[in-house]
Amino acid sequence: MTEVQTILKKYPDTGRDNLIPILQDIQNNDGYLSKDSIIEVGKHLHMPTSKIFGVATFYNQFRFEPYGKYHIQVCRGTACHVLGSKTVLQELEKNLKIKAGQTSRDGLFSIEVVACIGACGLAPVITVNGEFHAKVTAQSIARLIEEYKALEELA
Amino acid sequence: MDITVNINNQELEANQGEMLLDVLNRNGIKVPTLCHIKDAFPTGACRMCVVEDLNSGRLVTACSFPVELNMKIQTHSPRVVESRKTIIELLLSNHPDDCLYCVRNKNCELQDLADEHHVRNRRIRGQKNKQHLDISSASIVRDPEKCILCGRCVYVCEQVMGVACIDFINRGNKSTVGTAFHQGLNTSSCINCGQCIMVCPTGALTEQNHFAEIQQALNDPAKKVVVQYAPSISVSMAEELGMESGKDINGILNAALRKVGFDAVFDSSFSADLTIMEESAELIDRIQNGGTLPMITSCCPGWVKYAEEFTPEFIPNLSSCKSPQQMMGAVIKSYFADIEKLKADEIYSVSIMPCTAKKFEAQREEMTQNGISDVDAVLTTRELTRFLKLYGVDMFRIQPESTDSPLGFRSTAGKLFGASGGVMEAAIRTAHYKITGKELTKFQVQAVRGFEGRKEANIQLGELELGVAVVSGLANARKLLDEIKNGRKDIHFIEVMACPGGCIGGGGQHIGTSEEELKARMGALYRIDENEPVKVSHKNPEIIELYNKFLGEPLGHKSHELLHTKYNERKVLV
Repeated sequence: MTEVQTILKKYPDTGRDNLIPILQDIQNNDGYLSKDSIIEVGKHLHMPTSKIFGVATFYNQFRFEPYGKYHIQVCRGTACHVLGSKTVLQELEKNLKIKAGQTSRDGLFSIEVVACIGACGLAPVITVNGEFHAKVTAQSIARLIEEYKALEELA
Repeated sequence: MDITVNINNQELEANQGEMLLDVLNRNGIKVPTLCHIKDAFPTGACRMCVVEDLNSGRLVTACSFPVELNMKIQTHSPRVVESRKTIIELLLSNHPDDCLYCVRNKNCELQDLADEHHVRNRRIRGQKNKQHLDISSASIVRDPEKCILCGRCVYVCEQVMGVACIDFINRGNKSTVGTAFHQGLNTSSCINCGQCIMVCPTGALTEQNHFAEIQQALNDPAKKVVVQYAPSISVSMAEELGMESGKDINGILNAALRKVGFDAVFDSSFSADLTIMEESAELIDRIQNGGTLPMITSCCPGWVKYAEEFTPEFIPNLSSCKSPQQMMGAVIKSYFADIEKLKADEIYSVSIMPCTAKKFEAQREEMTQNGISDVDAVLTTRELTRFLKLYGVDMFRIQPESTDSPLGFRSTAGKLFGASGGVMEAAIRTAHYKITGKELTKFQVQAVRGFEGRKEANIQLGELELGVAVVSGLANARKLLDEIKNGRKDIHFIEVMACPGGCIGGGGQHIGTSEEELKARMGALYRIDENEPVKVSHKNPEIIELYNKFLGEPLGHKSHELLHTKYNERKVLV
């Protein structure tokens, strides 16, 4: 039995109202919603995959690619926005050649946009694997990413 | 009618609980709509149909607002008109401004509404949509930049067709209509029926066009360019041409196609007769020799792909007969090529179909002989009209001509293929003759005629009682197949057409066809059947000749090679 099937077993009722809890469980388990898992959910709930994809893309919480080794969260809350978090995000996207919600091809980096993470005094702020980086700028981002890449080369 | 409501200072009768829009339509008050589909659950998504509720002072959407006692409504107050205009201006603000290059130019609901509401300058400048054009499908082109998110395609795909290949993706200003995981339509569960095109108010959904290839072939002196047209075409072009609905333009069409430069003009109703010869033989064979039953027709390529994806357990039930389009294509590149002393690749074979899925069918690998496609290019009814204009053919001043021999003569049974129930009726006529050796005393099989989504009947063929069912609209087919899966045994033969009403309502037909116009088309087919003498496929002299000179007998070796095929399960995201 696949892990998705184990999760689906917890929801014997095949009503559509179980869709979101199921997707959340799968994401908690796998870190993202894969094509295969969505197919299985579709079979279980008798729902077309397009509908499930539609629901899942409606919410910010669902991802369709696995996290990178270094998962970067960019705060787009009000204070960070005022202090230029939009540029920070653009800079990250440009530097890593991926968009928010995506994972780089080598699997190293992924970007996620989050609303306020409660560190407004440090704005604009990003976290990498939960570690906070305060008052980031275009230059500091480039440096930060270089550091992580260097770390990888050593490993 | 149990209550009266005050609309535009007039007392109008209404039924408690019915939607306001229905009351307005019934009383000749025209309120613009974009997302509304008749008989569908209203979504109120586009908000074009807003009217002013004087009691609450609010603007409400007429499509989703039930009438109540003592209601007071203004449908064209200044506030309402201004709101509607703003909605259009907002829709236009991120719409690509390429009407002149758009295939829906002059046949676009958004364009019409902008005109009706006197949108004459660009008041609101928005950021233009930037999205990928999806040209991956053999049949349908999807341009999400032109999509206004009305949701009609989503409704039709899910509720009428039971496919649900597209849905709303993302949220807010990032919303789009798309497939699961943003796949191209070619790898999605899309069955290419084109019903989404029929309901799309703009040019966001259109058909794949092959004008360039066809023109190139017509200009190539080394190519013999042959054309066939489907049974429904001659009765469903009237709306495109501005003629009276249901007019049969058969002769004019033959002449027009010759004017364009086609070297031979054939009628797919001839190959529909051929399909009946093979299919009725197959049915009798299955019944007498214990083959898989119920046998299900495979003339409709939308249905065939649906079966391959959604109900692969019924693939053995599909008739192995190719569709009339493909049978004609195969016969043109073998029998006709022999007569003309040509090689198969010296012939360019065009077909004119009421259908976008036929474009997909024509390029299927199963539909080739030694790597050469049976049919090279497919035009829809809509495209044909444009093609005729391109070649300057005046359909109003042209003398009717007949089709070419030896693949042009048709029985009226073949012609009936154009409407839901037609294949069944034609097959019953020939099967009766083959089983009993006698013709039916009454050819019309009333029980399988008409527009109902599902028709069933028990037909007496001599000793044999044949249970038949005819379904159109694939959601109806699914229900019937579920019953059979759950043990229903009284049905032996099923005709399935993807589009409601059959090919006369196909996804390649005139956009904006009304119910009355569809009925007129169906009536025209029945009239032809009434008035012409050869009413059964097996009496078609050119069919008899084809078997005598070339094919041998139905289900024979040659038939098997040219006219039959098989289908396989298709793994897609359903």
